[in-house]
Amino acid sequence: MMLKRKGVSSVKLSNPPSIISAATIVGEKEGEGPLSSYFDEISQDSLFGKETWEQAESELMRRTVELAVQKSGLKMEDIHYIFAGDLLNQTSGSVYGARSLGRPFFGLFGACSSMGSGMGLGAMMIDGGFAEYTIASASSHYCGAEKTFRFPLELGTQRTPTASWTVTGDGAVLLAANGDGPYVTAVTTGTIVDMGQKDVNNMGAAMAPAAADVIAKHFRDLALTPDYYDVIATGDLGTIGSDLLVQLLQQEGFDIKDRHQDCGVMIYDIEKQGVHAGGSGCGCCASVFAGYFYNKLKSGVIEKMLFVPTGALHSVVTIQQGETIPGIAHAVAIERTL
Amino acid sequence: MNQTESNKQVYDAMVKEASPSSAIFMNSLRAFFVGGTICAIGEIIHSILTNVGLSRDDAGLVTGAVLIVTAILLTALGLYGKLGRFAGAGSIVPITGFANAIAAPAIEHKKEGLVIGLSAKMFVIAGPVIVYGTLASVIVGLIYYFVRS
Repeated sequence: MMLKRKGVSSVKLSNPPSIISAATIVGEKEGEGPLSSYFDEISQDSLFGKETWEQAESELMRRTVELAVQKSGLKMEDIHYIFAGDLLNQTSGSVYGARSLGRPFFGLFGACSSMGSGMGLGAMMIDGGFAEYTIASASSHYCGAEKTFRFPLELGTQRTPTASWTVTGDGAVLLAANGDGPYVTAVTTGTIVDMGQKDVNNMGAAMAPAAADVIAKHFRDLALTPDYYDVIATGDLGTIGSDLLVQLLQQEGFDIKDRHQDCGVMIYDIEKQGVHAGGSGCGCCASVFAGYFYNKLKSGVIEKMLFVPTGALHSVVTIQQGETIPGIAHAVAIERTL
Repeated sequence: MNQTESNKQVYDAMVKEASPSSAIFMNSLRAFFVGGTICAIGEIIHSILTNVGLSRDDAGLVTGAVLIVTAILLTALGLYGKLGRFAGAGSIVPITGFANAIAAPAIEHKKEGLVIGLSAKMFVIAGPVIVYGTLASVIVGLIYYFVRS
């Protein structure tokens, strides 16, 4: 069993699970962004037919997971485990979304890194022989996140230029023991890295060290160099965090500049859509992966990618008490062929 | 990643270097014009009211009420938030900003019920202003009382 374990933080899967389907539902603003054609559904109704923002996010999650199952041709009963995370208190977005799905459920809180935790755990669960089909889902809703972490929507305040915009969206992937790829081949689980950042309006800066840490560990654990991957896609560092990540990895001796992309930078037209540092939220990298990258992996435009969702693990209370922002990131290696 | 204090300081310098700062000049300019306009509207209302025969004090009270109701209405229509994103302090500082700070959380938390939602949460932003405003006026009042006597 220990043969799968590599280095300090990584596992190399001996029977890499295949991502057999992916689904994405996003909100109106995301649908106006440059990736709109890659999303399965763009909802013009920010309440998703529900009464509250919290219910809206759960509905978004439920519909996306159902869509992922439907696209695979399987039935919900075939799914052995659902791993899901979101930003609301007690991960209630995922909990109430999965309530009617009737499948074994693990709720995850990794803030915006949740898609990385879910895909990593789902893949390891299959490789370990404990499941044949697992689903990883991560969702966020702009309005719900503002309410949880910031100010009421109608409060007339200005955003700082380092702030990010929470994506309304959900991305879900269905992992299977057998399939024709792309495959999850390795997982490097991040440790919590806190470099003393306190500005909740600059989360990219708080998360970049965690991303640099996990990427460097991934390379060292598996004896790889950045050019092994066509793309290294971080989960939502935004423009500032992306700059910092490239610099930090340079200091570690890894140059990723020419192959680094960030889901938070990709999902919006930053200037035109007025989102400052870019997109964020669990649904950001989840929908960019399940929409855009899955498509590119399937069509062979990308052969190998390292997907690195990043999260800021603070709570409103800890920040008010003067705590710093702990960051985390997980690296999931995905390859089109074995 | 070595999370020592000295490394954190080095990283903090990197963050400051990488992070753009707010456009203070433009923000101040917008705040000046929007804030000035709101106050000018207040003055116009005040003048009209004194012209129709209200005393200076009464006209002041009614002007405040008109501005407050207008701001709440604009908040409910989703317009005051937009104005605030443009004007910043220009629409926060006048009395209309205070009305917005009460109305916005009340709308946001209405779904959690009229008691623990709407009425309790409506003070989450403006509450400290009321508490410390009252405290400051008591202190100033006491100082005034003793200095005068």
